[in-house]
Amino acid sequence: MDWLTFLNVLDSAVRLSTPLLLACLAGLFTERAGVVDIGLEGKMIAGAFAAGAVAVFTGSAWIALLAAIGASVFFGLVHAFACVTQRGNQIVAGVAINFIALGLAAVLGQSWFGQGGKTPAPPNSGRFTAIELPYAAEAAQMGPIGRFYADVVSGHNLLVYFAFLAPFLSWWLLSRTRFGLRLRAVGENPAAVDTAGVSVTRLRYSGQIICGALCGVAGAYLAIGLNAGYLNNMTAGRGYIALAALIFAKWRPVPALFVCLLFGFLDASANRLQGVSLPSVGVVPVQFIQALPYILTVILLAGFIGKAIPPKAGGVPYVKER
Amino acid sequence: MIRSTLFAAAVSALAAGGAFAAEFKPAIVYDLGGRNDKSFNESAYTGAAKFKEDTGVEFRDFEIQNDSQREQALSRFARQGFSPIISVGFSHEGAVSKVAPQFPDTQFVIVDSVVDLPNVSSIVFKEHEGSYLAGVAAVLASETKKVGFVGGMDIALIRKFACGYVQGAKATDPKAEIFQNMTGTTGAAWADPVRGGELAKSQMARGADVVYHAAGGTGEGVLQAVADAGKLGIGVDKNQNDLHPGHVLTSMVKRVDTAVYDTFKQAQAGEWRPGLKVFGLAEDGVALAMDENNQALITEEIAAAIAAAREGVISGEIQVHDYMSDSACPVQ
Repeated sequence: MDWLTFLNVLDSAVRLSTPLLLACLAGLFTERAGVVDIGLEGKMIAGAFAAGAVAVFTGSAWIALLAAIGASVFFGLVHAFACVTQRGNQIVAGVAINFIALGLAAVLGQSWFGQGGKTPAPPNSGRFTAIELPYAAEAAQMGPIGRFYADVVSGHNLLVYFAFLAPFLSWWLLSRTRFGLRLRAVGENPAAVDTAGVSVTRLRYSGQIICGALCGVAGAYLAIGLNAGYLNNMTAGRGYIALAALIFAKWRPVPALFVCLLFGFLDASANRLQGVSLPSVGVVPVQFIQALPYILTVILLAGFIGKAIPPKAGGVPYVKER
Repeated sequence: MIRSTLFAAAVSALAAGGAFAAEFKPAIVYDLGGRNDKSFNESAYTGAAKFKEDTGVEFRDFEIQNDSQREQALSRFARQGFSPIISVGFSHEGAVSKVAPQFPDTQFVIVDSVVDLPNVSSIVFKEHEGSYLAGVAAVLASETKKVGFVGGMDIALIRKFACGYVQGAKATDPKAEIFQNMTGTTGAAWADPVRGGELAKSQMARGADVVYHAAGGTGEGVLQAVADAGKLGIGVDKNQNDLHPGHVLTSMVKRVDTAVYDTFKQAQAGEWRPGLKVFGLAEDGVALAMDENNQALITEEIAAAIAAAREGVISGEIQVHDYMSDSACPVQ
């Protein structure tokens, strides 16, 4: 693989890892607050559908993004109501959200647009299109590093840059602010937080709201960033892969960035290596190349990352008096 | 127990008897892409809708959500007395071969695959011939002489598209380079526009400036990515020239609509026959779509080359190899 090819794959990896990264951080905020969230997929679908539909109606990408965040936060609040206020089973609530979001998007899409549950393509003003960073064209002439800047760093849409800033913001929020410390504490030992006079319920709701907002951005990125319009089940399991990435990253924001980039890179190289004749191996079958990310994930998870310890109070509803 | 079984048998016999007396009731079962996939399934729907408009005869249709519904949908329609029942898509092959023998008096039709039973007619298209023309057009429209192909699920049928395309491209310019990618190996590969877009981008990064897709809903991502980059795409199955006017060179249409319409017509007139029906360039079963959206893109040179290639294929002067005949492609 020469330098240019490598840059192309890296460029593709950045695009593919963006939704994973956003969903992974979303999961991080709720799980750190002690609510296991298997409903990331559903929240992303809600966000993607809302973004696609509103972009068609209004023709504005920003309003569509807000709608996506709104829809996704709504599902976050439903999740919080079910498993914080009502102390329901968190896994069951999450699975329910996945089903409801998927079904609702199909039904609403069909009744609004009559195209079998997908949205028509929004106008270009309703999409986040790629932006050229300053001096990208000049940098492309200036050797390998310049090309890296021009090909990989420049030429993405706004949401990508937001996604790559998000892990650092999350790190700062979680480890340098009072809110973050309390949020983490509530995931480890809610009783202690409660004794200190801080509301467990409010913290867990906040976790869900942040999670919903991030999932909304991820969904909007899929529907009006990478693509034009919502297509049935377009998240294609990315919400679950994000959960795997979260475990991989041991529930820490900055490692999450690298894990998601790795997953994106494997995905991108699978796309690129297809049909390419490798030295001394020949043409590798498509099936093998596409299974590669999963094989590597299993191997890495099995032995190379050490023990991943989840937040202690994760999955357990908090009851004041026992 | 015995009594209730007898009773059930009597009821089903009655129901079956009622079916014969009933009026003409056609039905369609779509494949996983769904009725509005802007592609293959939608084309079948268009044909049926036209039939309804022309004759006033209602038809029933069903969009399956998962593989297990194929058999259920077919046998439910058959039990309710629908005939003919058109199954759109090769994935229905197993279900049709299983259900058709149970309802020997119902007329089954399968599109894109062959089921050899006395009450089944199989409609197949010579996609390789249409794709050959697409290859000719792609290379002529390409400035880099590098063109791409994005397939959906990696199956023989899609390889057939790819193989015809490559042959057309190589025949036009032996030095042309063709990049081929398949989206996946499961049914999900028909509805993953994100991956489709990435595959197209990776081909464009290697220099391709015309990309042909045969990937259902995934292809929408391909055409979108190509249009965003200001390059040219080629649509498939249905006329997709209007998706991104000015950025879709042409579409390799499979006239599933005509096939469905004709089938309904024949069945209504009592002239339906089982067996294999092949639609190629000569029968106008496959063609390149020309309309006002791609008028500016098809230069006289391209139009003439397409017409010449079409004549050649029909007259037999140009032999387009069918990948499915021996699971191999003579050129890469």
